[in-house]
Amino acid sequence: MIQPIVKARDLQKHYPVKSGFLKPSQNLRALAGVSFDLYAGQTLAVVGESGCGKSTLARLLAMIEEPTSGRLSIDGVDLTEVNNKSLSKGLRQKVQMVFQDPFGSLNPRHKIGDILQEPLVINTGLNASERRQKALEMMSLVGLREEHFQRYPHMFSGGQRQRIAIARALILKPKVVVLDEPVSALDVSIQAQVINLLIELQQELSLAYVFISHDLSVVRHIADEVLVMYLGRPVEHSSKEVLFSNPQHPYTQALLSATPQVATQRDRQRIKLKGEMPSPIDPPSGCVFNPRCQYANQDCLTTPPVMELYNESRVACWALKQRRIGDEKLAN
Amino acid sequence: MPLLEIVNLTVDFATANGSFRAVDSIDLSIDEREIVAIVGESGSGKSVAMLALMGLLPWTATVSADCIRFDGQDLLGMNDKQRRKIIGKDISMIFQEPMTSLNPCFTIGYQLTEVLCQHFGGRRRSYNNRAVELLQQVGIPAAETRLNAYPHQLSGGMCQRVMIAMMIACQPKLLIADEPTTALDVTIQAQILELLVELQQNNNMALVLITHDMAVVAETAERVVVLYAGWQVEQRSALDLFSNPRHPYTEALLNALPERAQGKLLNAIPGVVPGQLDRPKGCIFNPRCCYVQDLCRQQIPERQEGVLCHYPLELDLKPSRSSQDMVTDS
Repeated sequence: MIQPIVKARDLQKHYPVKSGFLKPSQNLRALAGVSFDLYAGQTLAVVGESGCGKSTLARLLAMIEEPTSGRLSIDGVDLTEVNNKSLSKGLRQKVQMVFQDPFGSLNPRHKIGDILQEPLVINTGLNASERRQKALEMMSLVGLREEHFQRYPHMFSGGQRQRIAIARALILKPKVVVLDEPVSALDVSIQAQVINLLIELQQELSLAYVFISHDLSVVRHIADEVLVMYLGRPVEHSSKEVLFSNPQHPYTQALLSATPQVATQRDRQRIKLKGEMPSPIDPPSGCVFNPRCQYANQDCLTTPPVMELYNESRVACWALKQRRIGDEKLAN
Repeated sequence: MPLLEIVNLTVDFATANGSFRAVDSIDLSIDEREIVAIVGESGSGKSVAMLALMGLLPWTATVSADCIRFDGQDLLGMNDKQRRKIIGKDISMIFQEPMTSLNPCFTIGYQLTEVLCQHFGGRRRSYNNRAVELLQQVGIPAAETRLNAYPHQLSGGMCQRVMIAMMIACQPKLLIADEPTTALDVTIQAQILELLVELQQNNNMALVLITHDMAVVAETAERVVVLYAGWQVEQRSALDLFSNPRHPYTEALLNALPERAQGKLLNAIPGVVPGQLDRPKGCIFNPRCCYVQDLCRQQIPERQEGVLCHYPLELDLKPSRSSQDMVTDS
């Protein structure tokens, strides 16, 4: 049986928030109970609006922060049991990250060559000429030319900078790459180039991607599985085909319906969500989506739903469990 | 007579490396109660063109045009004082970043009533009721209490609503929205776009929507102007443009969208938008164009039927599905 590269079980991350001098600090549950498996060569897309905890998840996976509770294992090693520094250093090489803003994530005072070699200096014992060789190999892999080696980040366009950031992430030969909104700062024509590059690299190096995005049309193209999050909680987790053809959770349905599309009739019926996402410091009781949900009833207000399997997707919703949505759909 | 008529608008910026043409002879006419979208990638001059109209460009910019007429008045020949009477009253503009376009030091109510005092005179307090009315119009709950709130107490979507309330306060004839939803989430984006279209219909405004998102254009606009590196490459009705693009750039841009991809890879446009120093000779799109011919590398094309290209793509004469839909709708 193939082992998953990343295995997350009920991951939680809480941040204490100071509310004032002498007042007790409050608990912000940025991530509340996320579970998934990720296999080599697969892409898991994490979708949600700002404040839904998708970047917190990225930070946990990249081992920048430790989960408050829950289990996370990477390549068969359980992180909660690892305290040994050398082991954690070896693990860190396996997960690398590409950030959203290619203008902020590259040091403006370093040349591209130095930026690419830095991970090698820290993590490997290669000598200068070997490092240079590796950096040049990686540059040609992401479509940069040899003369770019001596240039500074400001001499590149946004798309090229994102290529540099991808090269830097891949130079340690990671197994998992966490892509935190990698194309949302780029123009449409450049966005397509970078997505193509990511797809080609994945096939070539059999990388596992965690693709964090709010853009559903990009996710639809690149993902194998999609995890939809709302206010730190997973609400729906299914394969791309199922999610886009037959979304189950009311929030997923609203999200898909709100996404503008080029090929649509003008007068299509949108599901309109009222209001905005509540504060994660003081989330609503029961299902956190209940203030904006058109199907909410008494159960939704009192008890949080758990993820269960409906029509090939795992969904956390009372209305589905009590067949208040499903039947209506059958009637149509 | 169109509400706004711009002929041959050109904007040059003085930079350390000589002058840079950000907008190159753009023609635009907008009728009353029309939704026009201006689409382009970053650096295409879409914001600069509209800022030039508003007179909001810095002193390094040189604006020249054959004609800028708004509602029968010539904006070109006006001095700043006369222009300010129109700007903000009859033409107003919403900017991309709602959080930074509001002044953090003043309350929402202060900033809303300021617009009204400026254009209609009188005391600020006398406009409080109108301010509440405006906030209700843009869908802000508990409007009376929100008048005393500061911008940091509101979310991004709420701030954008306040901006919109401010801009429609004087009942403008033309509202320019510069990427009004780029900084917002998808569900909030849908709310704001719907609000803008609703206000446009109720208040009989014309709406100019500046955006880079083709999907937003497809769902809202009636007419589309496509800009590329300061050139106006195509101007058509939205339905025609999406079913039948005639400029190679428009076609490439539409094909680059993930939803139009066939197979695993997207149809990316090779290369990047030319910068100040690497402008090609001839047609500005020729290094990236897949239909490029020798003439394109030599000569600047002339605009024909709204398309700026030597070899515009053939019109597909069969009526497409979407245009048939339109016939039955009307």
